[in-house]
Amino acid sequence: MSLLAPGVLWLGLFFLVPLLLMLGASVMHRGVYGGVEAGLTLEHYRRFLDPLYLQVLWRTIWWAALATLICLLLGLPLAWVIARSRYKNLLLFLVVLPFWTSFLVRTFAIIFLLRDTGLVNSLLLRLGLVSEPLTLLYTPFAVLLGLVYGFLPFMVLPIFASLEKLDPALLEAAEMLGARPSAQFFRVTLPLARPGVIAGCLLVFVPALGSFITSDLLGGAKQVMIGNLVQNQFTSARNWPFGSAASFVLVGVVLAAVVLSLRLRDRDQAEGSR
Amino acid sequence: MSRRVSRSTAVVAGTVLLFLHLPVLVLVIFSVNASRYSVEWTGFTLDWYRQLPGRTDLLRGLRASLIVGSLSTLIATVFGTLLALALARRRFPGRRTLEGLLYLPIVTPEILAGISLLLLFVLLRVPLGLGTITIAHIAFNIAFVTVVIRARLEGMDRSLEEAALLLGADELTAFRTVTIPQLWPGILAGALLAFTMSFDDYVITSLVAGTGSSTLPVVVYSMVRRNVEPTVNAISTLILLVTSLLIWLAFRLNRERPLAV
Repeated sequence: MSLLAPGVLWLGLFFLVPLLLMLGASVMHRGVYGGVEAGLTLEHYRRFLDPLYLQVLWRTIWWAALATLICLLLGLPLAWVIARSRYKNLLLFLVVLPFWTSFLVRTFAIIFLLRDTGLVNSLLLRLGLVSEPLTLLYTPFAVLLGLVYGFLPFMVLPIFASLEKLDPALLEAAEMLGARPSAQFFRVTLPLARPGVIAGCLLVFVPALGSFITSDLLGGAKQVMIGNLVQNQFTSARNWPFGSAASFVLVGVVLAAVVLSLRLRDRDQAEGSR
Repeated sequence: MSRRVSRSTAVVAGTVLLFLHLPVLVLVIFSVNASRYSVEWTGFTLDWYRQLPGRTDLLRGLRASLIVGSLSTLIATVFGTLLALALARRRFPGRRTLEGLLYLPIVTPEILAGISLLLLFVLLRVPLGLGTITIAHIAFNIAFVTVVIRARLEGMDRSLEEAALLLGADELTAFRTVTIPQLWPGILAGALLAFTMSFDDYVITSLVAGTGSSTLPVVVYSMVRRNVEPTVNAISTLILLVTSLLIWLAFRLNRERPLAV
């Protein structure tokens, strides 16, 4: 038990307790200086139903979902190739590296490419494809690109893990039985990769929902996501209870995604055991 | 195994891999470009790197990052190792639940972890600064370290430990002379990852930093927002070099397990 104590205490005190405090703050009154005052209320959650905030929520979910879909389309072939490659370790390292290297620096790299005087625009100008720089930065496109670029490794790794276990003999069997490559993919590979696909989608969707840096740096003031809304309420707008309520709306969406993915997984396992 | 990858799939995969690395490579290349305002290549220079030592804000940020990074890594690694050992070796009520709960800090959006900690610190009137940053970093690193080391313990042969105990070693001696040497690469990999996470973190840090104390990412973030100076490319390149090196080391140490959680 004593082995557990320091870690559990630390996480309890500096992770769990703060979240509970925030839950409490979300149903209390707003104080004079934006802090929290005694008295229970649901007004902050009700305030979130304002179209202005619902739009932020909707945009957040929509972008996170779109980013997840694009990551899936890009990640699946890459994971497949890595699982079948002789240079598995090297390729895996190349995927893991951006997973751990500075997210901030990588987001800056996108800015460097997309800004008006950036590399993409100067190439386009030079090739004569456009006569003046395109506005690429501070657009939904930039945010989406940033999300996909930032979270793609989260998709590749779990899919790789499930594809690696796939027995090539199954595909040989399918081929000998006359299945075309597309049929082999959709009827053998994809069903067996499903656990990885589900895990990957969750691992991209959840951090994309909570993203802050990407939308702040690439989206500018107009493309606010819910993470930016929360941060704003705690800093410049100084309405802590409302910021807390917005946080728990985000928690709600995250939990819904987790529950959905667990359901899908359990259903797969139930079918597998039948 | 290297069969059955069609050429088109390989091309798609190669393009995706390129997409993952090209933007950063471009950044690195232009960190030695002489032109100040445009992306025209006007010649090689190390000027932007030479300007870095003169930037006191960057140096102070670096110093803060190193202090916070090493302190939080040390503490989180000790706590995480103990936690992983307890989870792998002991049977106690609620073990499964605890194991599940460990993933909570990993999946919780950083912005929420940061904001809620800020709330706690303000309520308890803890002055914000390097201390609160370190506390926050330890909290998010414990879970990562535990998961990495737990994975290592899973793949470890228990019979050596058992042999030591059978041969009369007490539990502590067996732990010190058998378990720890075997576990060492895992612990080191966990520590390297923890340091990298701490060294890179912006969101949580910026929330609990208060005014006056900024780590390197916080300083770089404000430079990026203000934009355009080529020194950002230079410092970014250096940060990339350092973190890539750490990750490469961790990867070497933990070869059997991809470093994903």
